[in-house]
Amino acid sequence: MGEAFVITSGKGGVGKTTTTANVGTALALMEKKVCLIDTDIGLRNLDVIMGLENRIIFDIVDVIEGRCRLNQALIRDKRFDTLALLPAAQTSDKSAVTEEGMKEIVSELKREYDYIIIDCPAGIEQGFQNAIAGADRAIVVTNPEKSSVRDADRIIGLLEQEDMTEAPRLIINRIRNHMMKSGDMMDVDEIVQLLAIDLIGVVIDDEEVIKSSNNGEPVVMNPNSKASISYRNIARRILGENVPLQSLEDEKGVLHKVKKFFGIRS
Amino acid sequence: MSEVLGGYKEVIFLQEKKPLVTMKGSRDGLTLIIDDDVPFAEALAELEGKLQAAAQDKNNPELSVNVQMGNRYLNEEKRKELKEMIEKYHPFKVENIEMNVIHREEALRWIDESEIKINNQIVRSGQVLKVNGDLLLVGDVNPGGKVMATGNIYILGNLLGIAHAGCDGDRNTFIAASYMKPTQLRIADYISRAPDYESDGVYMECGVIDEKEDKIIIDSLKLLSRNRKDLSGFERRMLNG
Repeated sequence: MGEAFVITSGKGGVGKTTTTANVGTALALMEKKVCLIDTDIGLRNLDVIMGLENRIIFDIVDVIEGRCRLNQALIRDKRFDTLALLPAAQTSDKSAVTEEGMKEIVSELKREYDYIIIDCPAGIEQGFQNAIAGADRAIVVTNPEKSSVRDADRIIGLLEQEDMTEAPRLIINRIRNHMMKSGDMMDVDEIVQLLAIDLIGVVIDDEEVIKSSNNGEPVVMNPNSKASISYRNIARRILGENVPLQSLEDEKGVLHKVKKFFGIRS
Repeated sequence: MSEVLGGYKEVIFLQEKKPLVTMKGSRDGLTLIIDDDVPFAEALAELEGKLQAAAQDKNNPELSVNVQMGNRYLNEEKRKELKEMIEKYHPFKVENIEMNVIHREEALRWIDESEIKINNQIVRSGQVLKVNGDLLLVGDVNPGGKVMATGNIYILGNLLGIAHAGCDGDRNTFIAASYMKPTQLRIADYISRAPDYESDGVYMECGVIDEKEDKIIIDSLKLLSRNRKDLSGFERRMLNG
């Protein structure tokens, strides 16, 4: 019996879809059976980031309205056999999906897969309600900026009213270390203290993410990227491993290490 | 009269001993004590008679009347009726109708408003926590969140959102928090907002209305021990009616 996660944020553009794609791929890398569901009806993106757009024949609305079986709509990933995607519809609107329909789909998928990761649309309307309807747990994504944290707070408030098995957990995405240090960006402790939920990972702002998203290849496939390591760590924490938070410091080379050794501040 | 009625002599004698309505004059005005053992209509009839006899012409100054009902409960409507009846006769002006009893609902409301409501939660953006009486919140009020109370607000945590004390109009209430950096503080009909520049919050302080400056001020909690001796909602209620 699998477990269903919803990845949500309230605000748009903080990286829900990127997080879904990368955490899902990271879990598949660890040989788990994973199914991703895109619930952003009308504005689907997950298939693009996964590079699976050209394979879509049926979508989630077709399944709900009975035009095809669930298995027919699932797209097998080109990299992993254990990873599948249920794409959103691009032509319908959000009212085409119902909470009952979502619950049915998720519970059917749970029989087959270890992890079901649901990509939630921005906002708190019906689309959000549909996305969280089938989920057992929630992961809230936020950026280290006030507006995004405010919306995350609102979302956590709404999630707490739902009967999920666990409290929501937090990913802070797009961290820029130098801005955090200078105080121009909210720092991790400040955000965690305000939102008062468990932190499951921080992801460094990395240009590689944009580059690989455009190539339809989740960044997590590139082991040299910092963001990739962040996502892999998050996947390991989801599996229950105890992984310390990755250091946010930039590697500064040998000279820096020598200076540090002698106690010279650089 | 007693000779004519014969057998009723004793009854009349008793009534004479303890009249249904007693009028007492003092420097502050007139006190009407209405016996609570007899039907209200009977007492009213006697009262009307007495008032008629005591009525004066319009030129005389008004006389304030304090009515004591004893253990008789009058609802709003009855009270109004009684007031109108008395004021029909010059120079009487009803100041107050006192009763030893209050209605159960009213009593429950008093208790409700004078209790401290303890809440243990985080009030997040978009959430509103409203209570009757005083609010003790163990937890934070995040930006965009709002707490309201008809009495005082005590927050064991960070106040970053909006707090509204005395939301039914009680200006004697206050807002105290372990850490205060509110978006807005509201007390009764006063509103103050955070400054436009980025500022640090304050620890262990409270917001009260400063009568002289006619605005909400934030000051150390010590201020309360000086200015607000009657912290408890019940006492406050008793003092302010």
